[in-house]
Amino acid sequence: MPLRYPKRISGGCHPERSEGGETIRARPLFGSFATLRMTSLRLWMLGLALFACKREHRDFYGLPSSAAVTKPPVREVELVPGGVAPADSGPGPYEENAYAVSQGKTLYNQYNCSGCHFQGGGGIGPPLMDADWIYGSRPENIFETITEGRPNGMPAFGGKIVTDQVWQIVAYVRSMSGLLRKDVAPGRDDAMQVRPQEQSTPKARRVQSAVPKSAELP
Amino acid sequence: MPARNFASTRYSGLDQITAANAGQLRLAWTFSTGVTRGHEAAPLVVESTMYVVTPFPNLLYALDLTQPGAPLKWTYKPAPALAAQGVACCDLVNRGAAYFDGKIYYNTLDAHTVAVDAKTGKEVWKTKVGDIGRGESITMAPLVVKGKVLVGNSGGEFGVRGWLTALDAKTGRLAWRAYHTGPDKDVLIGARFKPFYSQDRGKDLGVSSWPGDAWKIGGGGTWGWISYDPDLNLIYYGTSNPGPWNPEVRPGDNKWTAGMFARDPDNGEAVWAYQWSPHDLYDHDGINELVLLDLPIKGQTRKVLVRPERNGYVYVLDRQTGEVLSADPYGYITTSKGVDLKTGRLIEVEEKAPLTGKVVREICPAAPGMKDWQPSSYSPRTRLLYIPHQNLCQDEEAGQANYIEGTPYVAATVKMYAGPGGNRGVLTAWDPVGRKAAWEVKEKFPVWSGTVVTAGDVVFYGTMEGWFKALDARSGKELWRFKTGSGIIGQPVVYRDPHGKEYVAVLSGVGGWAGAVVAGGLDIRDSSAALGFVNAMKDLPQATTKGGMLYAFALP
Repeated sequence: MPLRYPKRISGGCHPERSEGGETIRARPLFGSFATLRMTSLRLWMLGLALFACKREHRDFYGLPSSAAVTKPPVREVELVPGGVAPADSGPGPYEENAYAVSQGKTLYNQYNCSGCHFQGGGGIGPPLMDADWIYGSRPENIFETITEGRPNGMPAFGGKIVTDQVWQIVAYVRSMSGLLRKDVAPGRDDAMQVRPQEQSTPKARRVQSAVPKSAELP
Repeated sequence: MPARNFASTRYSGLDQITAANAGQLRLAWTFSTGVTRGHEAAPLVVESTMYVVTPFPNLLYALDLTQPGAPLKWTYKPAPALAAQGVACCDLVNRGAAYFDGKIYYNTLDAHTVAVDAKTGKEVWKTKVGDIGRGESITMAPLVVKGKVLVGNSGGEFGVRGWLTALDAKTGRLAWRAYHTGPDKDVLIGARFKPFYSQDRGKDLGVSSWPGDAWKIGGGGTWGWISYDPDLNLIYYGTSNPGPWNPEVRPGDNKWTAGMFARDPDNGEAVWAYQWSPHDLYDHDGINELVLLDLPIKGQTRKVLVRPERNGYVYVLDRQTGEVLSADPYGYITTSKGVDLKTGRLIEVEEKAPLTGKVVREICPAAPGMKDWQPSSYSPRTRLLYIPHQNLCQDEEAGQANYIEGTPYVAATVKMYAGPGGNRGVLTAWDPVGRKAAWEVKEKFPVWSGTVVTAGDVVFYGTMEGWFKALDARSGKELWRFKTGSGIIGQPVVYRDPHGKEYVAVLSGVGGWAGAVVAGGLDIRDSSAALGFVNAMKDLPQATTKGGMLYAFALP
């Protein structure tokens, strides 16, 4: 069954914004103020609306319902008999939504993900900021890792964290190794800074390379 | 037993290898364990067999010392639950086995205790003593006292409720269990309980020194060492840190965590207790070794226990009463100003207490303390205690604590770094009567291996780069060194083979909390990784790689 992501409300304001977030156009802030006295409240509101449109796009009402997200397919391997490469399902539902990624970061700490993986460097669990993925780096792989657990110590959080929040955590986890756009990945910490910001972490994309712990057993 | 004797002196009476000839030591044989996690165990030699417990998956190997090269006799595989790897705070270590009455006893990471026939390698019994679903694991070596196997739980970082349990050595059935938090009846505190200090007297202090029901998830496990005095018929052991690390959410003394108990091994009854760090602020577990000695103090021979404690002081306690006779710093301390000998309380420095949302800097010693689990040894010849330890400080910010059963319960972000001088490790030869260091050797990395001292006046220990060293026990002068394949965090042992020849053996295989950066393949860009230890160990991956090998050395 194909994975159905929630419908993204596409931001129509400034689609020309680059991925790196380097060409953000000047905002008409002073212009708005200059005309403030002469315009009616209605115009002022319009200006505010335009100004808001300039701001980072936030999908407050675009959150998927649990029913909208079906159980993702598991695909951890690159080797496909017959040579047909599996289609990439693309980014996860929240990967272009900075607000949701930021929520994911908060949830990552609140659900004690940080207790084992710390701020990406790992400890009890493996690092999340490097290029190694034991069970796959695709959003569906990470979703499944969180909800179903993995045999070598990853607990199954399915049924404990609502689906929307799992996807937000998925998006944040991918930002930790630079897999998200720079202008979407978090740029600051709420607590003592212990690692380079997610948005300045170099992209480290390898779908799978690490040896699962169980394969290390003699 | 890993500590050599009930007094835990780790002193070997063998004297073939001496300060004069140690320079001629040669590699005799090796054995690969096939496991590459941190090897903290002491190999155990019983008659003509050596027993080696590996880190997870906790294999037990029996090696035949009668044959050249010590060939493998058998392997026992307990097959611990893979998921146990998710509740082990600080690498997947195991600290060794104990022998009693024809059986080898040890614990597995998934909180089981096993008894294995020492001759055949067949499992005699296996008892589940804890639940990984609640965050419990076991890493300690058991001690067998009067037919009872004593084991405790790990999980101070997972909000477990700590305990010590006695199992019948014959059957594996539970004889008694003493909790370290909660009401007196659970802690096995009764009429015989006579703590020395007034703050430790009162009803159900294991409940009233906590807010609400916090004692139920308050930590205080036992994952270190147990000593036994057969004359007093008392066992001595320490309890781990309280949970979570953030101290603000658990006002009170948090009894009986970060402390110790003297108990009757027959029924577990508590005879006295003491807290090294009441309301512990820094993850200063109280589980280190307790060396039982009879020392001349102020003109009298006193029955004491000597404890190089994580909070930075070498304590000498009267082991009959629990009175603190002295407590002296053996390294750089900013978190406290000493121990008040009238009240027995640690005198803390208020401005170093961790706060939620505020970064407190220059906390010394750091969370692993002045010294962690790695055991010291004591020579009655030199009257010195050889303490392997670290020199680390940290910055810490306490955070929001969320208890989710089976997941970490820490709520603190930590960043460790070297203390004054830059050397992260030290081997200190400590005079417990003179209350001062006789000499010390500085090491680049924490000295995370144990030490052993012999009647030939030689001290052995290993470094995290992989050097295995022999020092003159009197002067500290280096006599010999050998580079093993991986960093050493194990406990060296000295033994006599069936032909009467003296050997020294050690497991090489970096890991443990200090070496998690290598054993777990962690990313050094995150300073908070492995509870903040990674920040202090960023150069370890350049110095060593994973391994798992036993090395045995002898004179030519």
